[in-house]
Amino acid sequence: MSNIAIKAEDVGKLYRLGQIGTGTISHDLNRWFARIRGKEDPFAKIGETNDRTSKGGSDYVWALKDVSFEIEKGSAVGIIGRNGAGKSTLLKLLSKVTKPSTGKIYINDRIASLLEVGTGFHPEMTGRENIYLNGAILGMTKREITRKFDEIVDFSGVARYVDTPVKRYSSGMYVRLAFAVAAHLESEILIVDEVLAVGDAEFQKKCLGKMGEVSRGEGRTVLFVSHNMAAVKQLCNKGIVMKNGSVAFQGGAQEGVAFYQASGDMSSSFEHQGSLDEAPGNEAIRILKFEVVPLRGETISISSGFSFEITFYNHKPSINLDVTFELRNTEEVAVFHHGTILTQNNDSRRGVYKVRGVVPPNLLNAGAYYFKLIFGENQRYALFMTEDTVQFEIVNEALGNNSIVLPGVIRPEIQYQTSFSTLNHEPA
Amino acid sequence: MHETHSKEQVWTEIIRPQTGLLDINLSEVWRYRDLLSLLVRRDFIATYKQTILGPIWFFLQPLLTTVMFVVVFGRIAQISTDGLPMLLFYLSGITVWNYFSECLNKTATVFKDNASIFGKVYFPRLIMPLSIVASNLVKFGIQFALFLGIWVYYLLKPGSNVHPNSFILLAPVLLFIMAFLGLGFGLLISAMTNKYKDLVFLLTFAVQLAMYATPVIYPISSVPEKYQWLIKLNPMTAVVETFRYGFLGSGSFSIGNFLYSLGFSLVMLLMGTLVFNKVEKSFMDTV
Repeated sequence: MSNIAIKAEDVGKLYRLGQIGTGTISHDLNRWFARIRGKEDPFAKIGETNDRTSKGGSDYVWALKDVSFEIEKGSAVGIIGRNGAGKSTLLKLLSKVTKPSTGKIYINDRIASLLEVGTGFHPEMTGRENIYLNGAILGMTKREITRKFDEIVDFSGVARYVDTPVKRYSSGMYVRLAFAVAAHLESEILIVDEVLAVGDAEFQKKCLGKMGEVSRGEGRTVLFVSHNMAAVKQLCNKGIVMKNGSVAFQGGAQEGVAFYQASGDMSSSFEHQGSLDEAPGNEAIRILKFEVVPLRGETISISSGFSFEITFYNHKPSINLDVTFELRNTEEVAVFHHGTILTQNNDSRRGVYKVRGVVPPNLLNAGAYYFKLIFGENQRYALFMTEDTVQFEIVNEALGNNSIVLPGVIRPEIQYQTSFSTLNHEPA
Repeated sequence: MHETHSKEQVWTEIIRPQTGLLDINLSEVWRYRDLLSLLVRRDFIATYKQTILGPIWFFLQPLLTTVMFVVVFGRIAQISTDGLPMLLFYLSGITVWNYFSECLNKTATVFKDNASIFGKVYFPRLIMPLSIVASNLVKFGIQFALFLGIWVYYLLKPGSNVHPNSFILLAPVLLFIMAFLGLGFGLLISAMTNKYKDLVFLLTFAVQLAMYATPVIYPISSVPEKYQWLIKLNPMTAVVETFRYGFLGSGSFSIGNFLYSLGFSLVMLLMGTLVFNKVEKSFMDTV
């Protein structure tokens, strides 16, 4: 009996970009014809990697390319990488939601994946009915669910409402119930996609605890995809770093996180090398440089604050040029959407503009963030928009002796004033 | 592979890009049978919750359609009903046709309707269309009970022209034929609508049209002799005709037509399953 739980061999996944469903009959026929002659797919260019910042030459892109790895039984593997690195695609392949274009994945054990909690929940059905339905969708039998039913309800903490339709639930209760079902799956391999980023702090802690229990205590194999480096370090013993659809690193979790943070994907700056026309952008705007740096110290932390600076070339003369920065966190929540007007009187010029913004210390909470940039004309027309130019992480700092990442988008410094007094008439 | 697993590694599962056409894992479908029954339950609850009349709608729908047909086709157009009570004639046709068309329509959009679930969790996709057929079976059961009630009324009423015979025993087989046909066609179409969405619009129209190409609102005897073969090419024709012959004693039974329908439905089911099985593995990329 071998101790390999999952083995991927040269796995690749090819996606077609743009509109699907228009004009594909001709492509389909073309591909089919190529296939029956035993030729290569005429639309799949070889060597095209998944790099969203540069525009590729064809409409087809490899979301994953030549991915190989082995995962031992009982290990907890953190899969990290920036948005679009291929993590989700890999999960989809492992969960059999879609099949690979090339390569093979060998699996040895029962596998269950949680790309989402509460899949198939029906609002009209009661908590009880949904536990059964969701459990069955995730692969449990009725008997298994009945056996674990009390445990699930206990864990979720919604025992009182178990016979109420879930549409009457608060979103917190809904998520608790959904996670509770998932946490009691009996598969030997569990794939989890950031479902921990839900619920209140107490419940998050409970979830993390349960995950640890599952991997360490019960010796099951866990694959955990997350942007939360602290959680990866805490939960996992192995790490896989994905970059542009390939595996950039595999090894220990600590080393993986270190590799990822050092790889320039995080806390990062973008600087274009090469000719102007190849820089990200379009005929109006070309982005040359964008960087986020701490106001003091080496790393961006809650108390360091940070500045962001963009350098770009403007091709459009005599307009009112503006630029908007939208900061988003990994839950896709817009943290702020803020911009500035560069030229007021239709007097923009061709040339290089530089804009620097400062986010003060003790404002944003810890976590990973990325910028969405919107270049506009007259604050009405978008000239160019881009996401994923840079992604960076704000490192957590303890608040008192509370060292976990606290919930909330912001974490301002709050001045407290407390006082104490006794009542005039003390109760006996 | 040069490092052929010398230790004779046993894998419970291998995910590969291409799968054979006949690679259907029926034992896996069986393992998920609990999911099937829970999905049927969900469909049932979802349909009648928060409606005032609740399950009564299952009766009301075919009844209203029947009344409409009695007025439009019976009274106004005066299409023959082979001497049968109009209510019974139309209701029998509608009950049978509804089951087929519902199975077909729902199965045909199964990918689209369940995209959010299919995109997140794996389970044998075949479970979904099967659950549709099963939920509709519940609905059919209720409507059939309605039909039986009215049928018994006419049976007991003196002078009405209702003469059931032993072909009534074929009813379960007819049910299978309808289910297979609806499922087979639906699976086939679902595989195509997934890529070419226009087909969904075409389908609604085609199903409506197909009803008129099936002896639902007219007996086959009212079709001119030289065109009857055309109507009989329709595999649903024998189903409706046999059903009426068995329960009501009108029309005729032809073993040839019956076997043709049965064969047709089996071929359809096989083809639909194969194509569906082929498509389901990559459908998430195109939906």
